[in-house]
Parts: sequence; structure tokens; C-alpha cells
Amino acid sequence: MSKQLIKDGQLIADDNWQTVLIGDDATADDAAALVIPAGRVVIPAAVWLAQRNNLLTRTEHLHDIAVSLAPTFRVEDIAHDVHRFALIAVEFPKFIDGRGYSTARLLRERYAYQGELRAVGNIGRDQLFYLRRVGFNAFLLPPEQNAEAALQSLNDFPEVYQGAVDQPLPLFRRRTA
Amino acid sequence: MYHYDETDKAIVHARVKQFRGQTERFLAGQLSEDDFRPLRLQNGLYIQRHAPMLRIAIPYGMLSSTQLRALASVTQKYDRGTGHFTTRQNLQLNWVALPEVPNILEDLANVEMHAIQTSGNCIRNITTDHFAGVAADEIADPRPWAEVLRQWSTFHPEFAYLPRKFKIAISGTTEDRTAIRVHDVGLQIVKNDAGEIGFTVYAGGGLGRTPLIGQKMIDFLPWQHLLTYTEALVRVYNRYGRRDNPYKARIKILVKALGSDEFSRQVAEEWAHIKDGPNTLTAEEVARVAKQFSAPSYDQFTAADLASIAAQKNEQASDKAFARWLERNVHAHKVPGYAAVTLSLKTPGVAPGDATVAQMQTAADLADEYSFGELRVAHEQNLVLSDVPQKDLYAVWQKAKAAGLASANIGLLADMIVCPGGDFCSLANAKSLPIAAAIHERFSDLDYLFDIGELALNISGCMNSCGHHHLGAIGILGVDKHGEEWYQITLGGAQGNAARIGEVIGRSFAATEIPDVIERMITTYLALRQEDESFGEAVARLGLPPFREAAYRKNETAGEPAHV
Repeated sequence: MSKQLIKDGQLIADDNWQTVLIGDDATADDAAALVIPAGRVVIPAAVWLAQRNNLLTRTEHLHDIAVSLAPTFRVEDIAHDVHRFALIAVEFPKFIDGRGYSTARLLRERYAYQGELRAVGNIGRDQLFYLRRVGFNAFLLPPEQNAEAALQSLNDFPEVYQGAVDQPLPLFRRRTA
Repeated sequence: MYHYDETDKAIVHARVKQFRGQTERFLAGQLSEDDFRPLRLQNGLYIQRHAPMLRIAIPYGMLSSTQLRALASVTQKYDRGTGHFTTRQNLQLNWVALPEVPNILEDLANVEMHAIQTSGNCIRNITTDHFAGVAADEIADPRPWAEVLRQWSTFHPEFAYLPRKFKIAISGTTEDRTAIRVHDVGLQIVKNDAGEIGFTVYAGGGLGRTPLIGQKMIDFLPWQHLLTYTEALVRVYNRYGRRDNPYKARIKILVKALGSDEFSRQVAEEWAHIKDGPNTLTAEEVARVAKQFSAPSYDQFTAADLASIAAQKNEQASDKAFARWLERNVHAHKVPGYAAVTLSLKTPGVAPGDATVAQMQTAADLADEYSFGELRVAHEQNLVLSDVPQKDLYAVWQKAKAAGLASANIGLLADMIVCPGGDFCSLANAKSLPIAAAIHERFSDLDYLFDIGELALNISGCMNSCGHHHLGAIGILGVDKHGEEWYQITLGGAQGNAARIGEVIGRSFAATEIPDVIERMITTYLALRQEDESFGEAVARLGLPPFREAAYRKNETAGEPAHV
């Protein structure tokens, strides 16, 4: 299998996270009932919230649990837990749905999330520059995408005007007279 | 005007390179049409009826003569010799070839121009008053703030995939000429008691299918917070604006659904987190940008000079055609001895807003010779020379007239705002240009037009409302009925401080009926008007009934051959 994960500017061969999904129409009961396998696993944030008290008792394995945020998920709802996760995935079911960009900035800038922030779903090289700027450091590209070529787009622009996560200072605070 | 430094240049050239790569991947089949569409749209490229259409940004409507010549050259080289100026102060080319677009963008980048974010679901060109910097009623020049916002919004990483397009307009005068209340965000420059600059912020205005007037978010936003507040506002929209239905996705729908109090509360809450952060504007940056909009070196005229200029003008005004042009196309200027001049792109027989390569070149020459080498694009789709010495008005008029740029019709019925419509636009339900042509033909008599007086007649070919029909004292909207083109009429719309959405008068008309319908309503107005009352004022006073009655009255001209 070709390498589809870009992390910190490199192609990564083995992604040892397993993703567990629930359907879009899953209820709160479904989220509460989902069986979470052992090992490093990404679960929907709604499942984390539904099973939080139980999962917090798995202290020795807690770092093996990551959450995945759907576009409609309000990041405020896991704000108090973000320090517990080594990985947070933000889902882009369609690349034209830009809610995940705001989610990423809030995670980094407001909730001081330090771990891996991974964009997953329908993303491609033409989104990488912006995704990186709002705080993503990892990108899981769909199988049909050429991830190696996509690396080049991380550097599409030599400079940026506005402050964001990668460069908090806007250009006007950095311009030399 | 603002000139790029090395960084600005590098960014625009990087964009050309990026888009060249994207275009090559698309043409090579490596990028699907669905994946390419948002990318090309964010470079102003639509696929239209005949060919791709390229919308070139003219930030806040400011152009140097060099840039206008470059636009003429691009129009000559890559199009069929005519460009179309839009209500967003941009220029559209209707006949470009997709593989050549990166070359066009390269040519534009060489004169500090681009097509960045002129379409797509992102923050669009910031628009402002075409008399910015020269208007007598100006509180402060809006252009430095527009430029600051342009830089902030250019490639904003968080806001490239908003629910829908996002338009910001900014007004620096007491009388709004930029339609701020029908923009996603409208900014009105104000000064507080201490003389400090701030902004009254409106949000949630818009035309389209659901026309709404923008709601006030905050009375006085100190200038330092312009970017952080706007960022908070757009973030709330990005997170909570509807994405399930493109017709319900503009911010106005969110503001309406939440109520403006709740929406502004959410914005304030978001803003509290980022207020005073790094994106807070600095006095140094504002000064750096503002310096580039400093006034040109105007000649100082003595009282005696001014008296002799006035006398000369009075003498020249014995030429009735010149007098009319002075009345309609020449505007007050804050500096004694100067005037702003509108070069009309509303010549009968020509599509409103269209300019040929030769006309662009003439306008650029006029700017060089008489107006410090700069021009403006008015959102009413005309060009403006903002700083013309009054002693040169007669010469400017003669040269403009020879180039077909001097129709003395600014603000009159013939100064119609018209979108390209079904002749070009693939979104349109109906043609708009033949309707405009038929109206021009019917109202070709200048005496008659002057008698009718100020009247905004706006035409859109579909509900997207690019022709601002809602804001016309008379609005005409093309609608599709079972595959046929029909036209709905609204009355009583207005832009400016008293912005108002026009009301539909009733069932729609066939294209051939429109000139008669307009004429009957005008005749009614002429019969009922009080002294100095404009058409719009008469509609406001009398209501729709007399005009509706006139519009639907059958008269002796019914059944005659169409004027279309």
C-alpha cells in the first residue's frame, strides 16, 4: 500500500491507528453501546463523550484512545479533555466544508492542544497549505491521491498576510520598513 | 494608491504558479472537474455558456493608468476586445481560453493585479465608494482600511471554504454610496467624541433570493480591532452557517435565524477570546498603508483663478451638450478647482458596463493627462476620473465624447445597472442585455431623460441579483416560467443610507412588454409628481397602486411589433 499519511512534512509508512466508525445517523445509545477494541484506536468524539466515565478508568490505555471530530461536532464539548489525547482527527467528508479549519484553530489556539492534529477525509494537495496554517500537522490523503507530489504544496506560498497557528504574527508585525 | 512591496509581489506570483500547476493537473486529467471547480472559482474563473469567464479583481475599484492599460492589453490578447465592469468593481472577460488563464494571471501579476477570490465561497473583493478620498462629505478615507482588509482576507487559511460567498463593503462618507447594508458585512467609518476612528458594523445584509437589510452588530468598533472582530464574525458564520442548502447558506440566513441580538452576542463571545491578540492592528501598519493613499499634489488655485475658471466654464456651458454633461457626469470635489468626472459606460446600443480596448486605453490616457494617472470603477458600472482640474473639463469632455465615454446620463434612467444575463451567464434564467437595449432605445431622448430626472433602473437576469434589481427605484428580474423568459418588476428599492428592498408589483411580463410598461409607469410619475420629487420619492409617497395600475393597463401600443 502506498504511503498516504503525511506527518510533520514527511510521508509516513505505518499508521498504527485503527479507526472505529459509527454511522452518521447513530444515536446517543449507539454511541454508548459501541464496543471499543484494544490497541490504538480513533473513536468518534460523540462516543468518547458517551463513554467518558468508563474510558477514564482505562487509565493505563488511555493514551491509546484518540477522537475524531465530525464537522458538526462542537469542539467546546471536549475542551477539557484535549490534553488526554495523543491524536485528534478532524473529518472532512467534503473538502468544500470548511468547518474543520475553525475547529483546528480553536484546538490549537484556544485549548492549547499539543498532540497530533490530523485532517482526514476528502482532502487533497490543494488544501494542504491552508490546513497546515490552521494547525494541522498530519494529513491522511485518500488512496487515489499522490501523497508524495502533495508534499510540494505545503510550501505553495513564500509568505502569508494574516496570523494563524503556524505563524501567529501577521505580516504587518513582521514587515521590515 | 497602494503599491506592492516585494512580499506582496512574491505572494501574487506564487499564486500564479500554484494556479498554473492546478490547471495543468486538471488538463492532464489528474484533477477532477469537481475538485478543480472550487480552485478555479477562487481565481475568478467560471465556465460559462460560450467560454470560461474570468473575473479580474479591482480591489475597492482603484486602478492606475498602467493597470488599466494592462487590462486593455489582456482584453486584446486573450478576449474579443471588450471587457465588462461589474457591480463589485471588478472586470469580467467573457471569452478566455482555460489553458491561457495562467498566462493572463501572470500578465496581471506584473502590474500588481490578480483574480484572487473574485468568486467561490470565500471573502471576495472589498468594495468602497468610487469617490473615496475626494468626497466632500468624507469622515475618513476608506481605502486604507479596504487595503488592510484585502491583505487580511487574501488566502485567509480558515475562510477559504465558507458556507457561501462573503462580501464586505466599507463606506467613509455620511451618505453611503457603497450599499453597505446589503453586504454580508458592511462597515461604516465613524468618529467618536475624541475624534478617534472606528466602525459601525452591520452584518447579514444581502440581495439574492432572500433580500435582507444588514443588522447593526456594534455601534463603534475602535479601528485597532477591525481584523479581530471581523475574524470572530466570519468564524461564527463558518461554524454555524447552513451548508445543507446553497440558497440558505449566506450569513443573512444565519443572522435572521438566530436573530441579530443572538448572532452579535455569539460574535462578541468569540471576539472576547481573540481581541487584543496578534491580529490587532497597529498604528504603524495603518500609517504605512494610509501613506500610499495620500492626496496627489493638487495645484493651488487663487480666488482669482477660481473665478476665471468658473467664468470660462459658464461660457463653455452655453454648449447645451457640455452643460448637460457637467450636470450629470461631473461631481463635487473637496479641493477647490477640481472635480470628479464619471466616464459613462452606459452609451445606448452598448451593453451597460462594457468597455472596448480602445475605450480603456483612452480612459487611461485621460487619467494620465488630467487625473494623476488614477481611475476608479464605480459599482454602478462606470469609470471615474477622481481628480480633474475644472479648467480641463471641456477638453476631457471632448476627448471622452470622441471615445463614446461621455453620455450625459449618470444617475438617470439610462444609467442602468445590468448583469451580463443569459447571453453569457450560465446561472441566468433570462437575458438582461436585450431588455437594457430596448429600454435605452425607448428612452433615447435626452430631454425626456433629464425631465424624468434621477432614477435607478437595475436589471438582473436571475435571483442571484448581480444587477442589484432589489435596490432599483425600478427593478427588473428575469425569471424562468416553463422554459420561457419572463420579467418581474419591483418598485421602490433604494441604496444609500435609506437602503430599501423594492416590492414586486405583480405578475411578470414578456420581454416585449417591458419598454411599454416602463414608459406607462414613467408617464404616471410625470403626471403625479410634486415639485423636485424623484421617481423613487413619488413611489414612497404614493405607494405601488398608481404605478401598478399603469403597468398592467393595456394601451394603444399593445400588439405593436416588439422593440426587442
